[in-house]
Amino acid sequence: MAHAAVMEPPAAAEPGAGVYNEKLGMWVFLGSEVMFFTALIGSYIILRFGAPGEWARPGVVLNVPVTAFNTFLLICSSVSMVKAYAAVVDGDQQKFKMWLLLTIIAGASFVGVQAYEYTHLVHDGFLPSGIREGSELWEKVEAGTVPAATAGIYGSSFYIMTGFHGFHVTCGVVSMIWVYLKALRGGYSATDYRGVEVIGLYWHFVDLVWIILFTIVYLV
Amino acid sequence: MATTAATVGQVGHAGHVDDRSFLRKYIFSTDHKIIGIQFLIMSLVFLALGGTLAMMMRWQLGFPGQAMPGGTVLPETMAPGGVLLPEFYISLVTMHGTFMVFFAIMPLLVGVFGNFLIPLKIGAPDMAFPRLNMMSFWVAVSSGLIMLAGFWAEGGHAGAGWTAYAPLSEAPEYSGVSLGQQLWCLSLIVLGLSSMLGAVNYITTVINMRAPGMTWFRLPLSIWALFITAILVLLAIPILAGGAIMLLFDQTIGTHFFKPATGGQVLLWQHLFWFFGHPEVYILILPAMGMVSDIIANGSRKPIFGYESMVFAIMGIGFLGWIVWGHHMFQSGMNPTLGQTFMISTLFIAVPSAIKVFNWMGTMWRGSLHFHVPMLHAVAFVAMFVIGGLSGVFMASTPVDIYIHDTYFIVAHIHYVLFGGSLFALFAAITYWYPKMFGRMMNPFWGKVHFWLTFGFYNLTFFPMHQLGLQGHMRRIYDPTEYTFLQPLQPLNQFISIAAFLLFASQALFALNFILSWFTGAKADVNPWRDNALEWSVPSPPPHGNFAVTPTVYRGPYEYSSPETSDDYLPQDKRLPTDRMPASQPAGD
Repeated sequence: MAHAAVMEPPAAAEPGAGVYNEKLGMWVFLGSEVMFFTALIGSYIILRFGAPGEWARPGVVLNVPVTAFNTFLLICSSVSMVKAYAAVVDGDQQKFKMWLLLTIIAGASFVGVQAYEYTHLVHDGFLPSGIREGSELWEKVEAGTVPAATAGIYGSSFYIMTGFHGFHVTCGVVSMIWVYLKALRGGYSATDYRGVEVIGLYWHFVDLVWIILFTIVYLV
Repeated sequence: MATTAATVGQVGHAGHVDDRSFLRKYIFSTDHKIIGIQFLIMSLVFLALGGTLAMMMRWQLGFPGQAMPGGTVLPETMAPGGVLLPEFYISLVTMHGTFMVFFAIMPLLVGVFGNFLIPLKIGAPDMAFPRLNMMSFWVAVSSGLIMLAGFWAEGGHAGAGWTAYAPLSEAPEYSGVSLGQQLWCLSLIVLGLSSMLGAVNYITTVINMRAPGMTWFRLPLSIWALFITAILVLLAIPILAGGAIMLLFDQTIGTHFFKPATGGQVLLWQHLFWFFGHPEVYILILPAMGMVSDIIANGSRKPIFGYESMVFAIMGIGFLGWIVWGHHMFQSGMNPTLGQTFMISTLFIAVPSAIKVFNWMGTMWRGSLHFHVPMLHAVAFVAMFVIGGLSGVFMASTPVDIYIHDTYFIVAHIHYVLFGGSLFALFAAITYWYPKMFGRMMNPFWGKVHFWLTFGFYNLTFFPMHQLGLQGHMRRIYDPTEYTFLQPLQPLNQFISIAAFLLFASQALFALNFILSWFTGAKADVNPWRDNALEWSVPSPPPHGNFAVTPTVYRGPYEYSSPETSDDYLPQDKRLPTDRMPASQPAGD
């Protein structure tokens, strides 16, 4: 891969990480993000293991098939991100813009499906504060299919983890739209594609976090 | 050589016309030096505020139930007739801690000196991300304003201590505070964003922007310390942000994270807070240690003793800081076996700390000592840190801690490390780099007067607190005279209060010296302390972009009294005939 000067560490300096500042900065920032999600996921694990009683079984409250489709969508968007990156490195501007647009659409759809999921959950009575009395889910609580003792903490941890992930996806989509607008003006080339590579790193991170969240929140 | 570099710098400065508008140059500046000075002014204001809150607390403790002089300016909800209310007193305790930790000491060390020193000392024109740097400052200001707004909140400001333990912090039923506590959470979440932006910037800059020849083991210890601190900030602050978000949601949208009745866990807050909070303790001391190392080597005119061991000690403290948080929780009801693990890991921290203290003493041993004002403060730092460090060993031992937990012994300890440690180092650092920041010297005579008064009154204020604590005086109590067993200690409490008022009053000298020197201080030349580091090779204050020509570094920053030169110092960028060009220097440069 031929690199232009901008893609390399700043000139006239001691050897550093061997990559340009923006890429290094993104890796460092992702370190911070890992710790943020560690705080949320760690708290969930502690609360769930220390919960006073059973946790609701998978699929009773949450709609797993819809979210499984959403997970698939997000993984696909990571693939299209890689394709967009490969295209811009090869200098194929048309394919680059097409794959980037597809990534944006997939990312935005993920947020859309999550909004749909939240709307239905709230309608069914599943709230951050627990399960609303008199709602559809409340009947399941009374029937004993959803344990009452842990319903509150279930709602709290579900919404905080998926909500902050959704917020990260939204930020990613907004940033990718910004990158796309710059791409339309010819802002990236085979010799300078820093923005694409950096947002790509972020996007793969967000995708990876979701795979962990989907496993521990929806499947177990 | 230093003069030559300065001349080159000035020519470069004159050749480059600075056409930025006032707003771009001083308010929304992307220049790391201006941002550092902005942080300096912001945090000194908060330092004064935090000090004022402490004075009000000391009045109440020394003279409980009496009208505070000037207390009538406070509204009825805080101090009717000038007598502090218990609810307001507990807000004072909380806000003194919060402002001092998050808005005074932390931004002073990391925000001010991280920004000002890193690019200058590594030979870079600016930070890696100057606009993020500017954003980091203005986000910090917003966060400070949110925190201040809490004083006007209905129900008073947050009153659950700076550690905001749940369930006291979590539901208004317990503390009577709702909006104040929510603003507290919000402000710290926003501040976390600012700190994270700063940390990303510092880490990237140190890794990627060191001048040719500035290898890792030629970095000044202040930069090593700030680099390790930035890693701690990067990884610890998001944990606090996560915890504060959960706490905020518990109060506002009815989640249950810290509500035991509905499946939450109060101990979870303590784990989250201290998992952040213990690395935070080292965030508040490592940069101070680094800057003190620079100043002590300069004042002793000797190379720092054991440079590599200093670096590894910084790394060791940074690492151990992550596995000791449970020592804040010996009395929380946590598993005692776990407590023992935390006791052992905590005692290990004494090893790298002792390495540093012995190295500072080794540096001074048989040095040609120059007790300029920064050196006085730096030596006081070492002495006070030893006292604070040793009382830390007491508290790390679980059996002793059970007895002194939550007493004034703890208050004495934290002030010996945070005031005696960090703040003395900051007085040293501000005086030391003031000429580089503002181009003028601070008055050395008033500097010395300020030092001796502060050193004296500081010890008179905080040393007797050990005694109070050992006799069972609890922290955070509103009126000690309510307890029969504390009544005999009341004269000591009054003594501490009077010493504290005098300590506070002595700081007026520093404030006046700081402000007046800005306008009337003696003009500083390029290198007033005859120091080796790169910032002393450029004009005071350095121009936008710092270096006219990227400097080349040939050695570490502590070559004092070297036999290779007739001066008693040898700048890092001075090329001797025996020096080879670094491998990283591009050909033809």
